[in-house]
Amino acid sequence: MTTLSINGQSHTVDAPPDMPLLWVLRDIVGLTGTKFGCGIAQCGACTVHLDGVAMRSCVLPIAAIGDRKVTTIEAVGETPAGKKVQMAWNQLDVVQCGYCQSGQVMSAAALIATVPHPTDADIDAAMAGNICRCGTYNRIRAAIKQAAKEA
Amino acid sequence: MSRGLLEAGRHHASKGFSRRSFLKFGLTASVTASGGFLIGFSVPAASQDQGKGKSVIGGDGVETPQDGVFAPNAFVQIDKTGKVVLIMPKVEMGQGVYTALPMLIAEELEVPLDSVTIDHAPPNEKLFMDPLLGGQLTGGSTSVRYAWEPMRKAGAAARMMLVSAAAQQWQCDASTCRAENGKVVHAADGRSASYGELAQAAANVPVPQDIKLKDPKDFRIIGTPVKRLDSPEKSNGTAVFGLDVRLPGMVYAVIVNCPVFGGTLASVDDTHAKKIPGVRQVIKFDNGVAVVGDHTWAAKRGAAALAIQWNEGAGANVSTQMLFDEMAKASEKSGAVARKDGDVGKGFANAKTRVDAVYQQPLLAHATMEPVNCTVHVRPDGCDIWIGTQVPTRVQGAGVQATGLPPEKVVVHNHLLGGGFGRRLEYDMATQALKIGKQLGVPVKVTYSREEDIQHDMYRPCYYDKLSAALDANGKPIAWTHRIVGSSVLARFAPPAVKDGLDPDAIEVAADLPYDLPNQVVDYVRQEPRHVPTAFWRGVGPTRGTFVVESFIDELAAQAKIDPVQYRRDLLGKTPRARNVLDVATQAAGWGKQSMPQGQGRGVSVMHAFGSYFAMVADVTVDKEGGVRVNRVVCAVDCGMVVNPNTVEAQVQGGIIFGITGALYGEITIKHGRVEQSNFTDYRMLRIDETPPIEVHIVKSSEAPGGIGEPGTAALAPAITNAIHAATGKRLRQLPVGYQLRSA
Repeated sequence: MTTLSINGQSHTVDAPPDMPLLWVLRDIVGLTGTKFGCGIAQCGACTVHLDGVAMRSCVLPIAAIGDRKVTTIEAVGETPAGKKVQMAWNQLDVVQCGYCQSGQVMSAAALIATVPHPTDADIDAAMAGNICRCGTYNRIRAAIKQAAKEA
Repeated sequence: MSRGLLEAGRHHASKGFSRRSFLKFGLTASVTASGGFLIGFSVPAASQDQGKGKSVIGGDGVETPQDGVFAPNAFVQIDKTGKVVLIMPKVEMGQGVYTALPMLIAEELEVPLDSVTIDHAPPNEKLFMDPLLGGQLTGGSTSVRYAWEPMRKAGAAARMMLVSAAAQQWQCDASTCRAENGKVVHAADGRSASYGELAQAAANVPVPQDIKLKDPKDFRIIGTPVKRLDSPEKSNGTAVFGLDVRLPGMVYAVIVNCPVFGGTLASVDDTHAKKIPGVRQVIKFDNGVAVVGDHTWAAKRGAAALAIQWNEGAGANVSTQMLFDEMAKASEKSGAVARKDGDVGKGFANAKTRVDAVYQQPLLAHATMEPVNCTVHVRPDGCDIWIGTQVPTRVQGAGVQATGLPPEKVVVHNHLLGGGFGRRLEYDMATQALKIGKQLGVPVKVTYSREEDIQHDMYRPCYYDKLSAALDANGKPIAWTHRIVGSSVLARFAPPAVKDGLDPDAIEVAADLPYDLPNQVVDYVRQEPRHVPTAFWRGVGPTRGTFVVESFIDELAAQAKIDPVQYRRDLLGKTPRARNVLDVATQAAGWGKQSMPQGQGRGVSVMHAFGSYFAMVADVTVDKEGGVRVNRVVCAVDCGMVVNPNTVEAQVQGGIIFGITGALYGEITIKHGRVEQSNFTDYRMLRIDETPPIEVHIVKSSEAPGGIGEPGTAALAPAITNAIHAATGKRLRQLPVGYQLRSA
């Protein structure tokens, strides 16, 4: 049994300690907003926050989480940065198929929380781990800048 | 997608799309089985309370009418509260149809856009066939082209009937009433009645024979930049894709398909797999094994622990080199003639110079961000399938075939698609999931790992094109021959579309160039890549054809020592829309205004496909190590009348990024019958730090709408390789760019 703090709630899950957080969220806790994309931390679709830091949950064993607080896409809108990012995403109509966007929003929210006014280089560094196959990158960049304006 | 499909579709359309069948559908299938309020799923932001957390389930299709619901045709339903439901014949995979099609209905129905909600159409080829595709499919950049007339007519017919109903009630002439904002208003005395109040009466009004559409100058929604209706749910994690389905009692399976195409399972030792906590069962079938577990992780670990022996079969000999060698050999044969104008022989006889070239394009995987997956529940008396698909009727057919149940017992629950790009025009994942589900009896979600997704795709075919041109003393092309060699996707996907050996997809663009070429022969030789399954990929035929012809035109310009834009322009006299986009793009890009620094180059491409005209200018830098970076892309688009400019810009940008990925990195190779690539490490995608600014210039037009989902991809690659030529003098006749410039 592992106890995790997820979106402010405590969850005790019966899962092997090496099970990645992604599958605990999706298959056990039932939070399917966090997406499976590659399984090897190459695409960013599974990004969550651990104490506000963006992490790829597909390679994060639950045993490694400890007391750190997990925030997922379902609750990131309750953080100031997450709220700003989601608003900007809606204002600029970033999404297309939408599948990667949970991860994009999580990476962007972690960026805005630590670097309120990111440069293009900051955006490149923070977002290059998130693949979007539909090709929404131009609007992602614009939306992060828009979110920063709200700061 | 192609003219052949288009014609095949029209033929069926005349049989299926009668007014009677519209009405019949409206009266028999307007409401849910529960007899309650029309539900399904709700996309619009205006009704988030209904959409939130709810599975995007629609298409259950066995429904009975409810009193008081006005359903004038297959597409529109209005209930007593005035709620408008659009029966959506298309699926959303990012291209914005859940916004564009409601815009068409709302425009003519005279309702606010946010009052329209969406319910997925059930599988019904007769009612929901796209005549451009010959089926109830989503693909080929046809959605808006297909819906442009019928959706507006559906809205207009409903509006006319509501006005008639009001006029009857008020005992006045219908011409004294007008529809606005979800109400009918009497012009003189200002009386009004809401659509909800009129719905029941309108259901008894005869369907108008002569449907009057609005003059485009009166459009209040079409042509305005409307925001996507699905933005909120896709940025807060509540959107439900096929992979997000959760059902009571559901188990999780990870599939291992035979790594060699066409191979079968010989034996499997599952001793280790079964010892893994959470693993429940190992299921064997003809060409694969699945491990079933309490969660995907257990199943995934179990799959990795299997020791499997395969009967690899003849497919084990296949290699990429063999596929290209076979195409080269096939190119020696003459093919089915797609176009023959003038006298090519005379042209070559009179040539001042000639240019000959061979172009090669690789196999490509789709790599949708949502790996392919399918959830099934197979029971003796019924079968449910949960999936995100571009082809709901074909998935239903797979269910019928796998279970032997009648179609009405096979229910397809369609979902949002985490990327389509042609991958979800196929239903192989449903076939595989059904083999597993049949042995279980409980709901099972079958997930492809990313490795399985890439190694068991159905691939964009590799192609081999051979061209020759004769130039006169002024460098003008006086003869042009083009032999196209490669797989016929249509021969498998829609066999009637291929006539006399001619695949209209394979020759698209190449056989209908915008250029004035008096003497030309274009022919096609079908050569399948042995054992490797092929399928449509974003941009379909035009993606392959445009790379070839726009590169070759550039070669001719270089041979003639004429500026490539000027050279094209001189040949576009008979295609003013193509010449116009070329002018718009080159002016916006500053073509010829300044010389490029060392190591940089600028390239151009022009394309007419999907009913749209595109021109692109790409700027690239080639570094000392031979790496290529795209610095800027300027694109001019004439896609006819624009429904939603916001979506057009997004689709064109996205299409271009998809195209850059393909042009720079995209390649699937085969060794010993196996795909060598496995994940994003070796099947690389463009990332944000490599993405250039992309300018999209939309040309005003009053022509009927053209497609926009694919042309951005289709027109991109030659602009890049032409820019590389400008930068380095090297002509790349093979994609991807990859490491080709490194060894040089």
